[in-house]
Amino acid sequence: MNAINRHEQNALSRAVLEIDVNNHPGVMSHVVGLFSRRAYNVEGILCLPLDDGSRSRIWLLVNEDQRLPQMMKQVDKLEDAIGIRRHNADHAVFQNLENFFRG
Amino acid sequence: MTDTLNGAQITIRLLERQGIRTVTGIPGGAILPIYDALGQSSIIHHVLARHEQGAGFMAQGMARASGQTAVCLASSGPGATNLLTAIADAKLDSIPLVAITGQVPKAMIGTDAFQEVDTYGLSIPITKHNFLVSSADELLEVIPRAFELAASGRPGPVLVDIPKDVQLQVIDIEEWPTPGRRQSPPEPDGWALSEAAAMINAAKRPILYLGGGVVHSGASGEAIRLAEKAGLPTVMTLMGLGAMPVDHALSLGMLGMHAARYTNLALDECDLLIAVGARFDDRATGKVAAFCPQAKIIHIDIDPAELDKIKTAHIGITADVSAALLRLIPAVAENRRAQWLQRIADLKSEYPLVMPEQDNPLSHFGLIRTVAACLDDEATIATDVGQHQMWVAQAYPLRRPRQWLTSGGLGTMGFGVPAAIGAALAEPERTVVCFTGDGSILMNIQELVTAAEEGANVKIVLMNNATLGLVHQQQTLFYGERLFASQFKSTPDFIKVAQGFGIAAVDLDQAANPCAALMEAINRPGPYLIHASIDAEQKVYPMVPPGAANRDMIGA
Repeated sequence: MNAINRHEQNALSRAVLEIDVNNHPGVMSHVVGLFSRRAYNVEGILCLPLDDGSRSRIWLLVNEDQRLPQMMKQVDKLEDAIGIRRHNADHAVFQNLENFFRG
Repeated sequence: MTDTLNGAQITIRLLERQGIRTVTGIPGGAILPIYDALGQSSIIHHVLARHEQGAGFMAQGMARASGQTAVCLASSGPGATNLLTAIADAKLDSIPLVAITGQVPKAMIGTDAFQEVDTYGLSIPITKHNFLVSSADELLEVIPRAFELAASGRPGPVLVDIPKDVQLQVIDIEEWPTPGRRQSPPEPDGWALSEAAAMINAAKRPILYLGGGVVHSGASGEAIRLAEKAGLPTVMTLMGLGAMPVDHALSLGMLGMHAARYTNLALDECDLLIAVGARFDDRATGKVAAFCPQAKIIHIDIDPAELDKIKTAHIGITADVSAALLRLIPAVAENRRAQWLQRIADLKSEYPLVMPEQDNPLSHFGLIRTVAACLDDEATIATDVGQHQMWVAQAYPLRRPRQWLTSGGLGTMGFGVPAAIGAALAEPERTVVCFTGDGSILMNIQELVTAAEEGANVKIVLMNNATLGLVHQQQTLFYGERLFASQFKSTPDFIKVAQGFGIAAVDLDQAANPCAALMEAINRPGPYLIHASIDAEQKVYPMVPPGAANRDMIGA
């Protein structure tokens, strides 16, 4: 699974997850740990605090996979996850970021 | 009235307010303020383990026997890492546990300080939730919340890591928080329940499949009533044993890798599987694609993530199984199912569980049956992990929920002795039997001295075959009989070992009358080690080879 090249990566269909969480150290570890321990790569991460800073919103760009519904249930079970929504890969949040990701 | 207390005193006061009366643990530098406060408590009894893993399993034994959340303590660094196996074990078997660990002072976190380890990070994947407490004030919220989380929904372990400076921080407390309690789960979906009832009523060959969730939920009475009303033959997982008495007319005993042949063959024929508080573990299902291939599935579980995880359910119901069964019982029709039950009876007589030498107390099945004959259903039965565990699961007449304490999901050797001690601490009026093997007992043998110190009423039945029996079995069957690292060249004199730890011991091999010696050991209050040699060539049969379908069992 880790051997697929960049071209193949791009060919895979993607999904965007929007996760509202409590904002404290450790929450990101809880969320991404669910993916890493299943060898499920996270392709992109964006995270910023919301409003007064007590909560954050995490945006994840992930590959479509039959495990995705189970992943979403597992995220939803986290005590610090308030809600999770799934969007299509064409969601605007990861667009127009190319300038920051030139090699 | 304002109390002025430090974080350690607050922690102990909050445990007292939770109703905690026994904690297990081992002190060390980073948790000494908490131990100082604990020493001043006249309410909480501290049981000093000899290894933190032992403390963790003792707390598990308390929780498994009583159903109440139990507490263990450890210091930072190695204290915390030694706890991890017991915590992971509690996670996989959904046991409510609150583990409190000391941590180096906040200012030293991240400096590789003496006995510093990232306890928070290490415990993320093996806890239901975890906390790193950053102020004494926070304890007032975190400790009750830890208890609420451990017991609510699907139970599980919660870890609270408390830096030493937080333990020493003094604050004024105006008002104490309400103790954390189990939160009521949402009511089951009525439409799904009526669909489920209709499916049960329409089924020709249904089977009820009970898991550990039935025990956790206290729903065994409801499960039996449902089975009796709708005429449902019933299988149990390893964790579900005791939910229905194994000698109940509808019981098919344990399913899966070491089930009786008739159990797995009945599942192969069923047209409806009603899974209650079970999670389709691979040891229960065998090759999933071939598990109950003709069956529609109703799946009831309190954890929504278990629905559709392994098998897609036709009806999935997220609910406390007790509440769901209570609503399902009036909705199903009375049904005697004469034809299906006759087929089950035929399978039972054609493919019985073969248990040779039941009358010989020096054979594996005979020893288990003789122990059972010395006891009534009030006894609690713990096991370690290995061949002895599976033989006990097959042969012991378990009849009561919470009678059976075993490491199911993680399969941790070393579980048995400390878990049995914990059960005896929680319910001192009961006799606790721990079946163990010579491989398993050595993994937490140090807790024998804890059993002696506490006078725990634990009878350890050591089935000694001088091998790692399940490894020996797999190497014999599936690795061309290339036995490697599974036979002990040197074995301790367990009688002397037990006596050295301050525990009475008897060797049934040497006893003139093994039955009488066993009876005497079991009836004498306090800890006792009962040693018996077992033939290393004995296998746990029947067996589903790893990766095979449950219908393809080998042996006996």
